[in-house]
Amino acid sequence: MSNATPLLDVSGLTKHFPIKGGFPIRRTVGAVQAVDGLDFQVAEGESLGLVGESGCGKSTTGRLITRLLEPTAGTISYRGEDITHAGRRQLAPIRSEIQMIFQDPYASLNPRQTVGKIVSGPMEINDINPAGGRENRVRELLEIVGLNPEHYNRFPHEFSGGQRQRIGVARALALEPKLIVADEPVSALDVSIQAQVVNLLQKVQQELGIAFVFIAHDLAVVRHFSQRVAVMYLGKIVEIADRDDLYGNPRHPYTRALLSAVPEATVDDDGPVRERIRLVGDVPSPISPPSGCRFRTRCWKATDKCANEAPPLVQVEGNKPGHLTACHYPETEALIPARLSKNPGAAA
Amino acid sequence: MTPPTPSAAAPLEVTDDSIVASPPPSTHKGSESRSPGRLAWTRFKRDRTGVISAYIVIFFFVVAIAAPLIAKLYGKDPYTTYASQRPDLLNAFSYPAGPNGGMSSEFWFGIEPQLGRDVFTFLLYAIRNSLGIAVAASLLTMFFGIVIGVTAGYLGGKTDYLVGRVIDILLSFPSTLFFIAFMPVVYSFFVADDDNIPTGLRAASLIIVLSFFGWATIARLLRGQVLGLRVREFVEAAKVTGASPRRIVFKELLPNLWTPIIIQFTLLLPAYVTAEAGLSFLGVGMIDPTPDWGVMIARGAQFYTEDFTFMLFPGLSMVIFVLAFNLLGDSVRDALDPKSKR
Ligand SMILES: Nc1ncnc2c1ncn2[C@@H]1O[C@H](COP(=O)(O)OP(=O)(O)OP(=O)(O)O)[C@@H](O)[C@H]1O
Ligand code: SF4
Ligand SMILES: [Mg+2]
Repeated sequence: MSNATPLLDVSGLTKHFPIKGGFPIRRTVGAVQAVDGLDFQVAEGESLGLVGESGCGKSTTGRLITRLLEPTAGTISYRGEDITHAGRRQLAPIRSEIQMIFQDPYASLNPRQTVGKIVSGPMEINDINPAGGRENRVRELLEIVGLNPEHYNRFPHEFSGGQRQRIGVARALALEPKLIVADEPVSALDVSIQAQVVNLLQKVQQELGIAFVFIAHDLAVVRHFSQRVAVMYLGKIVEIADRDDLYGNPRHPYTRALLSAVPEATVDDDGPVRERIRLVGDVPSPISPPSGCRFRTRCWKATDKCANEAPPLVQVEGNKPGHLTACHYPETEALIPARLSKNPGAAA
Repeated sequence: MTPPTPSAAAPLEVTDDSIVASPPPSTHKGSESRSPGRLAWTRFKRDRTGVISAYIVIFFFVVAIAAPLIAKLYGKDPYTTYASQRPDLLNAFSYPAGPNGGMSSEFWFGIEPQLGRDVFTFLLYAIRNSLGIAVAASLLTMFFGIVIGVTAGYLGGKTDYLVGRVIDILLSFPSTLFFIAFMPVVYSFFVADDDNIPTGLRAASLIIVLSFFGWATIARLLRGQVLGLRVREFVEAAKVTGASPRRIVFKELLPNLWTPIIIQFTLLLPAYVTAEAGLSFLGVGMIDPTPDWGVMIARGAQFYTEDFTFMLFPGLSMVIFVLAFNLLGDSVRDALDPKSKR
């Protein structure tokens, strides 16, 4: 991380969804603690991967950043400007700079609009008139994302999932954003198509210098894509580090468990077969998360301290700068499988 | 007289049953495209029942619109009591003298018993008035249903809760009973008890009362649809780009609601035609001498043992219209939403 103002600065970001109940007067009876005190930064042009199991609050985080949801607490600043509670009008100048790519390529395109309308909509809303006209620009964008510009007048149902996701990318690019939040952009696609779309996003990121918050539920996809990776568990970041540090020197037990599930890291050509950590038990409910460390109900090293004291997200002993881990008893180097430490980022 | 049931859950996906056979978009030629509307139209045209029903329904509407013109060409009007000038038209018991209710080349559909009006023109104007009232009531109902339903669904929260309770209350009324009970109340609102109620006011009151009890069903259905739609990612995508609520409602949500709206309309209109006729039959809607399906059937019911012909024409035409419209509605639903097909 540089010490210049980061593009996106999130601190203490919290979202609790109230649970309503009671009859006849409905009142708040509890809260889903979907996101609880996140701190992270994204630098210009950087790609941050956000990884965690289903329900850990990744999408909620993405929606908070794009201000689709109102944060319960914490702050979000974009280029130093506080946008935590900015209204639609206040956000207008920034809107075009933060865009989103959605998970479901079928739900994210309006079935009643042509591709042309879908992609030019953002320009229409923000009153952007590119030289050569909007239609031309849309055709250009379609070409950039690898679609036939002649498909301008087609409807989404005429496209495959991968093609639809490309349309979604074109729409996100229409406003020339500086930051794109991609919420599991490939997890709904066939495995054979996933790589193509990831490659497209990578090309976009590198050629256009767009920063990404790339959300995924496993570490494999993110590895190809992100310079930095944050691992989330039950609404909290448990570990955040540069890619090579995280994959090569995971300190949090949960990160290790996730890594052991990444297929390419499991089997080694020459080294020993990597131990596979199986997490037992279910993810606890975010309505009443465990006290202290939220991972303790599934952690094989949990002690009383873990139950009483929430571990802070800090640079623990043995971490490089910028590598933060939230654990009282971080994993040690010695346990790292040979291949990963020898050749980190091999797949990148 | 029951308002249509919200059976027609809206299809949100556009289905293309020919897509399996067609090559992927990259292979077929550029600009021609198959919009959801076009696909539905293609499907509809293949449905013989639907097309025939459509012609019948169109025929009725043409008759309704052109009624004055037809009456002029035919040379009679629905108000003149022809028998008072020509007593030979009716027999001693005031029933048509000729066979078959007095049908002849002069009086195509015969003559009304007692007063001796011309049945053909009376029926023309009855269709015109009844359809006019039903269409107006349907449009008003749809308008309120759409505005209230979409607003409640889109805003959610307290508005939605409040609207939801109002809808619950309205739907729990036994509407038939309330129509009958409320019509006189509405009239007394506008005119003193012993005054004559002008025809226009009767029509307007019918439209208002039908709409007042009808919008709730539509609103509830659309509210549900909007609740589902507004969390769809394409709505969020529009929000992320800074779209105003207005734009989201009109450009993103409404285009996806046309299917349920059209389907509801096809259910509502025939229901209102029968409801309007029912109220007029019971004497709380339109009254003699205003030509109206219900009025005609009510009068026909007085004479049907002696002169069945007079009952036959309004009864049959109404049954044909309602049947054709319902079949048309089914076909439209199948065309818009092929998955709902049986
Ligand atoms: N609008 C909402 N109202 C109430 N609870 C919500 C809402 N949105 C999300 N949640 C809850 O918040 C938690 C986090 O949800 P979120 O969608 O952020 O998870 P996720 O990490 O994106 O999971 P997935 O991988 O399944 O997409 C879940 O327990 C979810 O049930
Ligand atoms: S703090 Fe304790 S329970 Fe939490 S991950 Fe570390 S060792 Fe496990
Ligand atoms: Mg998600």
